[in-house]
Order: sequence, then C-alpha cells, then structure tokens
Amino acid sequence: MDVDKEKLDEIILKYQRSKAHLLAIFQDVQKEYRYLPKEAVKHICLRLGIAQVDGFEVATFYKSLSLKPRGKHSIHVCLGTACHLKGGADVLLSFIRELNVKTGETTADGSFTLESVNCLGACALAPLVRVDDRDFGKTKAAHIRGILSGFTEQHER
Amino acid sequence: MNLSLEKLEKITAAFSAKEQAYEKIMRVCCGTGCITSGANKVFESLSEAVGHNGLSTRILVKKTGCHGLCERGPIVMLGADEVLYQSVGKRDLAGDVELLIKTVTEKRVADKLLFRSAAKKEKYVSPLDIPFYKGQKRIVLARNGFIDPEEIDDYIAHGGYRAPFQALQMDAEEIIDWVTKAGLRGRGGGGFSTGKKWRSARAAQGSPKYVLANGDEGDPGAFMDRSLMEGNPHVILEGMIMGGYATGSNQGYIYVRDEYPLAVFRLSKAIEQARGYGILGRNVFGSGFDFDVEIYRGGGAFVCGESTALMASIEGMSGEPRDKYVHTVEKGLWEKPTNLNNVETWANVPYIINNGWEWYTSTGTKQSPGTKIFSLVGKVNNTGLIEVPMGITLREIIFELGGGIRGKREFKAVQTGGPSGGCIPAQHLDMPVDFDSLTSIGSMMGSGGMIVMDERDCMVDIARYFLKFLTEESCGRCVPCREGTRRMYEIVDRICKGEGKIEDLMHLEELGEALRWGSICGLGQSAPNPVLSTIRYFSDEYKTHIIEGRCPAGVCKELTTFTIMEEKCTGCMRCLTECPMGAIEGARKEPHRIDDLRCITCGICYDVCPFDAIKIG
Repeated sequence: MDVDKEKLDEIILKYQRSKAHLLAIFQDVQKEYRYLPKEAVKHICLRLGIAQVDGFEVATFYKSLSLKPRGKHSIHVCLGTACHLKGGADVLLSFIRELNVKTGETTADGSFTLESVNCLGACALAPLVRVDDRDFGKTKAAHIRGILSGFTEQHER
Repeated sequence: MNLSLEKLEKITAAFSAKEQAYEKIMRVCCGTGCITSGANKVFESLSEAVGHNGLSTRILVKKTGCHGLCERGPIVMLGADEVLYQSVGKRDLAGDVELLIKTVTEKRVADKLLFRSAAKKEKYVSPLDIPFYKGQKRIVLARNGFIDPEEIDDYIAHGGYRAPFQALQMDAEEIIDWVTKAGLRGRGGGGFSTGKKWRSARAAQGSPKYVLANGDEGDPGAFMDRSLMEGNPHVILEGMIMGGYATGSNQGYIYVRDEYPLAVFRLSKAIEQARGYGILGRNVFGSGFDFDVEIYRGGGAFVCGESTALMASIEGMSGEPRDKYVHTVEKGLWEKPTNLNNVETWANVPYIINNGWEWYTSTGTKQSPGTKIFSLVGKVNNTGLIEVPMGITLREIIFELGGGIRGKREFKAVQTGGPSGGCIPAQHLDMPVDFDSLTSIGSMMGSGGMIVMDERDCMVDIARYFLKFLTEESCGRCVPCREGTRRMYEIVDRICKGEGKIEDLMHLEELGEALRWGSICGLGQSAPNPVLSTIRYFSDEYKTHIIEGRCPAGVCKELTTFTIMEEKCTGCMRCLTECPMGAIEGARKEPHRIDDLRCITCGICYDVCPFDAIKIG
C-alpha cells in the first residue's frame, strides 16, 4: 500500500528522529492508518538509520502493533483474572459467534476487529469489553448486539 | 518562574478561598471504573443543572480521581466526607441529578442513592461509616478522591509539593537515610528495600543517571497503579524529584501501559503544569538542581514490567529481559546507573519526607511498614480499590472491607500476586498480609491484585488460565520459560479436558522446579507458582479431574454438564430467558429441559436459578 511519506516524516520529526522513540513512532503511525503498514516500517527504518530486521522485530514484538489492516472499530474483550472468573471467555465466544470471525480477525465488511486482552484494569466491573475508547462493564452475552449496533449506526450516520 | 514556599502557600490560600466560597462541593469520581458506569455524563448533567438552577455560586461540581468503590459507581461525594452517593445516574440520570441538587436547595439527604450493604439491611450516609472505607488507612490514596487530577493548584492546596521543597534543602544522604529507616519496600511486588536501592544508585559510577517509574501494571486483576496515575499523578512526580535528587539523577522516565490512555493523558498534563511552575525543568524550586520527566508508552507486552525488559523497551528495542549479574543500578538504561521503582513506591516517598520516617513506621508491621493498596475483585460484595495497613489479615480484607462472598456461596481461595503468585486457601485466611508471610505460603504480595474465588471457581482452570497467560506473554528469549510454560499448559489443559494422568502432577512439579531455576527473569522464575500453589492446597480437585473425570466447580467445559432437576424446577422461565444459546426449553410452570447439543456450559442458568434446581454433573 502507498503510505504518505510526508506524514511519516512529520511523526518522525515530532520525536526528534530518536531511535528510542521507535515504539511511539509506530504507535502514532498506527493511529493514522489503524494499523502499521509494512511500507511505513521500511520508511521509518530508513529515516532512523536502523536495519529493517530491527524495525520489524519491534513491530512484531509488541501486541498493540498490527501489521495487518484492522477494522473501523476495534473490540477488546478483557480476559484478565477477574473477567475470566466472571465469564469473560463466554462473552468473547458470543462475539465470535455474532461477528463470525475468530479472535484477531476483522469482519468481512471491515467494520470490526475482534481481539482479547489480558486485563484492562477495570476489574471491579468484570467482564469488561472495550470498543475503540469506550468501556462497557458487567457485560453479558445479551448485551452484545446492543453494543455493536451503537457503533454500526454511528458510522452509517 | 520558580516557586518558593511562600508562593506555594499563596496558591494554597487563593485556591482554598475559592473553594470555601461554595456552600457545597460535589466530587464526581472520574476514575476509569466510574467513567465506564457513566460518570462523565453525571458530571456534565450535574454541572448543567447547577447552572440552570442558578446555583453556580453555591455549588462546585468537581471531577476527581478514583474513590475506590468502583463496583457501585458512579460515585458522588459531598463535602469533605459527609455523604457518599452510589450508582448515580445508573437508571435515572435526570432524576438522580435533581435529587442531588435538592440535597443543597432543600437540605435533605437523597435516601435513594445512599450506600446499602449487600444484604440491603444497613444504609450509610458518611463514607467513613461504610465498612469498606472504615477498615482502610488511606495515606497514599488520601488525596485521590479529593483533588482534580488535572489541576496542579488543587494538589498544592492539599499540601502538595512541600516534600520536594523540603527535600531539596536536605542532604541527599539524609533523604536516603530517611527512606531506609522508614523501611519502605518495593511496592511492585519484589519488596526490596527502596533505601538500599537508592544508596547503590547514588554510589554507582557513571553519568548521566536515570530514575524510572514503573507504571506497566500488567498483572491481570490489578489496577492500583492505574488509579494512582489517573487520580493523583503529582504525587508520583514528587517522589521522582526527590529520588532524582537523592541518587544524583536529572532525568526521570515514567513507563505507562498502552492500555491506560487516561493515565498517560493525566500524567502528561501534570508534567506540563509542573514545568510551568518551575517544579520540573531547570533549577527546580530555585535550588540549582535540574530535573525533568518524560513519559514512555508501552506496547501491550506484560514482560515489560520486568526491570531490564522495561529499559530495553525505553531504548526503542523489543522488551526482552537480560541477565542481572550486573545490577541495573550500576548499568541499566543505556548502560547507565538507573534506579527503577514502582509508581506506588514513588507515591509513598513524599509522605515519608513530610511526616518523618518515625511516623511512617508507626503503620504496618516491623518488616513491612506502611500501607499497601490492593485491588479487591472477584466474588466479593464490595469490589474496588483499598489501602490498608500492612499486617491486616486476609479475613479482615475479604469479609469486613469486602463485605464477604457474593450470594450464598462459600469462600474457596484468594489469588494474590498475579501470574507470579498463588491461590491461598481458607486455612490461611488469618495470615497477616505482608511481603514475607505471603511468600511463606507459596504466593506473593505482587503488585496488589487480590482476586477472591468461591466454590464455583475451579482451581485447575485457574492454573490453566495463568499458564495460558504466561505462554502468551513469555518473550521467548530463554528456553525454560518459553518451552516450560507451554508444556505445563498442555499438561494442565489435558487435565481440564479429563485426559489427565496421575503422574502429571509429578511432572508439573518437576517442570516447575526447572522453570524456577532455569529462567532468566522473574516472569519465568515465578511462572510455576499458580500451578504449584493450587496443587499444594487443592490436590483433591486435581485428582477429581484426573480420576473421576469430573470438575466439581462446573467450570471445565469438557467435564461439565448442566441438568435441571425436575422435582425442584418451578418453571419460572428465568434460566430460559437468560440462556445466551437458547438451549433451554419448557413452558411456564412446567419443568424446563436443557438441550445438551446447544448448551455451551457457561453456567449462567446455574447462577440465576432461584430454586437451586440446576445440577452440575
């Protein structure tokens, strides 16, 4: 895919071309594209003067980075200990059924990416689901359609 | 601009005068938990209603950090500690806001929103009477629910930034001496003496030196650091300034989990405001000492909470730990002397400097002075964040503060220390909570997650859960951890599926030993704890899985079936409506039936049945 190199350079400059900020640069680029395009990684490595193998090592090590395109909205089902005890896995299962994707995959229409996460730190409200930057506490399978429709309607509007 | 003590007092006086002009202050908890329950909307509607009713000179509506009682959010506190209102706007936002307004205009208590105990018998007005708060000793969290975390003047008005001002006039050695005598130990879980660490960092050769705050709180079930960073970011900066001065460092970094965007936002704001006041940057408080702090965001890797992995991550590399025969205080970040403390540890330091080390040691036990913040979650009635003196018993925490086990169930175990800790059974409930006693019973303090489990939680499944977590989070660098956690997971998974053999238990213990001795970092070395502690205390449960092919708690899906006992079923249709799979059939007032083919054994029917008519088989 084509990446906007000027935009990338802007982000790199924001971090003073510092190698130490590689992760932060990647995160900012991911915010821009909703994922981290391979072309972007290559360009950033070139600009920072690091080997591509090191750039891709970082890009694949951290779970928050994704080299695969992601959906418009990302769903994170929390599987921390408290959520696990209170049925987080069953909530995840219900999302899998409802969206017809596996964990880590994006729906065919590109609207949702489903992921699990090992604790979001709102354990008192387990089981927790985060869609984009909104958290939903004490989720039950019965809530899932309502949660999803709130987001599909939003971008149709 | 450089702040002098005089100016701090001036800011305090101006801010307090502004607040005192109001008849009533309403503090809306805007921690993550309450925001999830709708606190932002409560704040907006309440502010709007105040303006609308022409009360803006009488009532101040304020956003604060976490009050701790997340379960009952959104929480609104009135006055200093006069009234606590719970679940505000949960069902009827407009109505609840009106009730709150009336508490001022008509001077009456909004009865409907008062805290009630789980049994709904008692009702409380002041938070100080609620057992959840009564048993606490809030030192580090004291200002958490009071101040607006995005307003530095508020923090200063509540006594903030006096400690570094005083510390910068002390001798660096003296500060370290105080911290050592206070007996402060690493709150991240290790429990190493903070004073000793600072002393080594000070003595270490090399320049520049760094101080780091570990806010990569990855333990599932723990959110103490999050609430601190979100609710009172300044207290962490205060600690770091003093740590920097004491160890001879001019640069601090805070490493925050990627999953905590609000913490990053509020910390950034705090740093900006502190710089504006000359509390950070060149010539801190006009003392000639330079110190600045920068934030690094993590990337969703649990292992980065380990000190050397965290440093590798800040350097822009993948977060893999390294051997520690060279200590990080000598060669840490960029091979320079580095002092790393957990954010809660940093947050303790200002209180030691403000009140003296003798005062600090008056709380807690001899070996573990001070308090500890825990996140009390799982199957207790009052879940949330608590700060308690060290040495308090598990029983007090769970049954008094936590209000006991939810519903009619029995306590089974409490898990502390996250994936490095273990499950503690009922027989150890009277164990005092401190660093050394928890380790002695096969668990550990950890960063402070406390997950309570009841008879419906399967201990083998918990062991499998943590192993799964660890296989995903092991960085893969050393073989014992990478392969060991995986093999252990396979064995426990087999047991959960009813394919276990009795010699598996021996193999798990053997493998556990290998991991403990052979892994490079703490993640691998402590990885066997969840398995070994459950085998130690709940071996019967393992044996029931292996020999009888049964999961007594009804959790392990392959070993569990749910059936409805006809003689007990009244046909109330409760389970039928709640079943997510539509697997239950039956007419009203007639016994229901579960269709095994459609049942996913989630157990919701068992949990909701009012007549105990569902049997786990």
